[in-house]
Amino acid sequence: MNTSVEPYTTEDGREIGGVVMEMKNITLRFGGVVAIKDISFDIRQGEIRAIIGPNGAGKSSMLNVISGFYTPSEGSVWYQGAPRPPMKPYQIARQGVARTFQNIALFEGMSTLDNIMTGRLTHMKSSMLSQGLWWGKAQQEEAEHREIVEKVIDFLEIQTIRKTPVGRLPYGLKKRVELARALAADPKILLLDEPMAGMNVEEKEDMSRFILDVNDEFGTTIVLIEHDMGVVMDLSDRVVVMDYGKKIGDGSPDEVRNNQDVIDAYLGVAN
Amino acid sequence: MSTTTAHLGKVAAPEKSVLEQVKFAELSSVPALLARNAREFADAPAYREKEYGIWQSWTWADAAEEIEALALGLMNLGVNEGDYVAVIGRNRPYLYWSMIAAQMCGAIPVPLYQDANAEEMAYVLGHCGARFVIAGDQEQVDKVIDVQEELHQFEHMIYLDPRGMRKYDHTRLHEYEHVQTQGRAAFDEYEKELKRRIEKSTWDTTCVMLYTSGTTGKPKGVVLSNSNIVLTAKNSSEFDNLQRDEEILAYLPMAWVGDFIFSMGQAMWTGFCVNCPESPETMMTDLREIGPSYYFAPPRIFETQLTQVMIRMEDASNFKKKMFDYFMNHAKKVGPNMLDGESVGLVDRLKYAVGEVTTYGPLKSALGFSKVRVGYTAGEAIGPEIFEFYRSLGINLKQLYGQTEAGVFITQQPDGQVRNDTVGVPSPGVEVKIGDNGEVFYRSPGTFVEYYKNPESTADTKDADGWVATGDAGFFEEDTGHLRIIDRAKDVGKMSDGRLFAPKYVENKLKFYPDILEAVVFGADRDTCTAFINIDLTAVGNWAERNNIAYASYQELAGHPEVYGSIASHIAEVNKSVAQDPMLSGCQIHRFLILHKELDADDGEMTRTRKVRRKIVAEKFHDLIAALYDGSTEVSTVTEVTYEDGRKGAISATLELRDVEVQANQKMAAQ
Repeated sequence: MNTSVEPYTTEDGREIGGVVMEMKNITLRFGGVVAIKDISFDIRQGEIRAIIGPNGAGKSSMLNVISGFYTPSEGSVWYQGAPRPPMKPYQIARQGVARTFQNIALFEGMSTLDNIMTGRLTHMKSSMLSQGLWWGKAQQEEAEHREIVEKVIDFLEIQTIRKTPVGRLPYGLKKRVELARALAADPKILLLDEPMAGMNVEEKEDMSRFILDVNDEFGTTIVLIEHDMGVVMDLSDRVVVMDYGKKIGDGSPDEVRNNQDVIDAYLGVAN
Repeated sequence: MSTTTAHLGKVAAPEKSVLEQVKFAELSSVPALLARNAREFADAPAYREKEYGIWQSWTWADAAEEIEALALGLMNLGVNEGDYVAVIGRNRPYLYWSMIAAQMCGAIPVPLYQDANAEEMAYVLGHCGARFVIAGDQEQVDKVIDVQEELHQFEHMIYLDPRGMRKYDHTRLHEYEHVQTQGRAAFDEYEKELKRRIEKSTWDTTCVMLYTSGTTGKPKGVVLSNSNIVLTAKNSSEFDNLQRDEEILAYLPMAWVGDFIFSMGQAMWTGFCVNCPESPETMMTDLREIGPSYYFAPPRIFETQLTQVMIRMEDASNFKKKMFDYFMNHAKKVGPNMLDGESVGLVDRLKYAVGEVTTYGPLKSALGFSKVRVGYTAGEAIGPEIFEFYRSLGINLKQLYGQTEAGVFITQQPDGQVRNDTVGVPSPGVEVKIGDNGEVFYRSPGTFVEYYKNPESTADTKDADGWVATGDAGFFEEDTGHLRIIDRAKDVGKMSDGRLFAPKYVENKLKFYPDILEAVVFGADRDTCTAFINIDLTAVGNWAERNNIAYASYQELAGHPEVYGSIASHIAEVNKSVAQDPMLSGCQIHRFLILHKELDADDGEMTRTRKVRRKIVAEKFHDLIAALYDGSTEVSTVTEVTYEDGRKGAISATLELRDVEVQANQKMAAQ
């Protein structure tokens, strides 16, 4: 693993930049329950950063802290070199953080196209009234956003389901539509909460390919939570391992794989 | 024009393009036709492609400019006269342009099947010694990179869609648009040379080289000259009275001769617009949006569409189902006659008109066939029921018989003389004769020049007088003068007791059942015939769903006793019909099994055009054939399979073998 903060180029030719986001001593409590205990790690520009850990380790809570849905009880999130004040999730979305959900959260009755169009919402400038009446600037704006959305559709190869209501799609495709919606927001950081959960091998391979392509083509920084170890080790540049709300490992996939604490957390410890 | 602005991609257009400068004495090449179209139909649409959800279009003038820019770019990269330029990818305007640009440079375009694997591709690229490859996307580029070590003549590759290739080594890789930009910038430098090369082209210059799909052995490179293509395009366009406002959808493999004639030859000759779908998966939607007036599809596509219609009708409400059945029955009765222009009673006509409004019209619209004026099917025999279905809707679907070596057309059906069991009369300019052994021979303006680097095969196929052996056995019907094809001449064999063995004849009858996807019949030099069956997963799966039959895999469904039962009853019916024909009564199927996997081109069991490779299937499944003849009721087998990404795996299965009822030989029954 490269420990300096100097930009470097990975073996497969991707450029990793400086630190774009940093968690500094984050603690998150819900009443008496401590979900995250004093965790610090950083996310660098252009890298694929995985967060792994057994069930209940606090991974999703961590992602919610990054996305701004939860405000940490202690510690702070530094974004682009400055501490980020508490914000509403939509404000954070405007800063360029987009996400997908562990349990798909799409509008089932709307078409794939319309679902992805909602990803452009934070970029729309015309008023709700003019959008509702589809009058003046709203018309032109929709055409511009549609063009961006069509490029995403092309990128993720979902042209066939453009007009299909999302409710009728199989699970693997829904996941892809969700990724498309997040991508349409043109994010700087993309948060993926278990992007491969419940997929078969072929769907996982497709999804892995798309994640790598997104990172490669657009240079998007990706933070992902995933249970499939094979996928995590293949995809990510660096991995944070959590257990019972604590960080027990952080480093390249190889370092993490050989970390005794991580092995103990996953396989249990003989008493 | 200055070359310094080249990097900005903005070069002032030349006063007169090279194509405008060349004086064509005759319309004897594709570039000559392009120049005429750009001049006379300048603002009419020439190409359309759906991209980013919108149909993008290019006029003839646009297309001519793009093609010339690419031709200049190719010269800039060093394309010489006589070079072979391979073109690989799905149907896209840019790739059609690539072929014309190559012709303008005096090079020979070689379109390849896009789903070929790397080794198949290596063979063809090596055989023609392609110096340049123009590829559609990363997938195709990767395949060529995989095998480039073996290709000694390969130098440069041009790609269309840059996605995923930013970090590739670009010493031999070039982006299509950049090549065009450089070409535009280098106009002054190559103007004269390009003009000279275009002017050099004659009727005898090679227009294109197409590789046969190779049902037997390695693919062969069929060399077709300008006169082959242009004259065939002219004759066939006149035969069907094709007009400039025709619309076609280009979706069949670019490496296939039919696509080259329809989307290149005829489109250039008549000047109609070629529409390319967004992706292979969206073809049906795109078909509906374009509504072609001239349409070609192999029987398989018509079959699939019919199956889908029937499956969806099953889900329709009772009233709609009844209406559909009522009007379809009426259509079957009078539709084909009305299409052939025969006299039909007033009441029937009125009823048909009501049907048109309520049923046929909406159905044709849903299928994308509302505007079809001329439709063709070829390649395989089409099921009579399927054929009649489309004709009864008022779609002028016809059959033609052809092959790569003929530049497609040998025989075709004129309007009003359409039947499902013949392939029509000789196409304009084509002579057809039947050899002593029943083999069909032809001679025509479209007859190929030679097989590239293969004089023995050329001599075997084409004699000194220009007659070409088709390899198919057939005969002319005495009363109508229409040609009927029985089978491949070499597949027509003898059974051990000397009776005629025509496997294809029986297989086609079997394949007409919607739940049978493929059938392979064995019986040469044996006492009885047996068969392998592939079920159609869509049709049988739908049936299983309706009957609450659970299945986890293709294999499990294929082995289900009820599936076996229904297939056995189909075969018994086929046996009855085969027994009608005294010559072929020996071909009745005595025993069969349902294969545990679909026959697949990736496993080498079929060609890329989905024709069964009989010999390879027989070798691969020899244990199953042995079991069919030794009387056992069950057989265990392990089969190697190749996945789409090239990895191999094995599936093991225990298959049931079943006997089928056969009809007594008529001769024996008479005794």
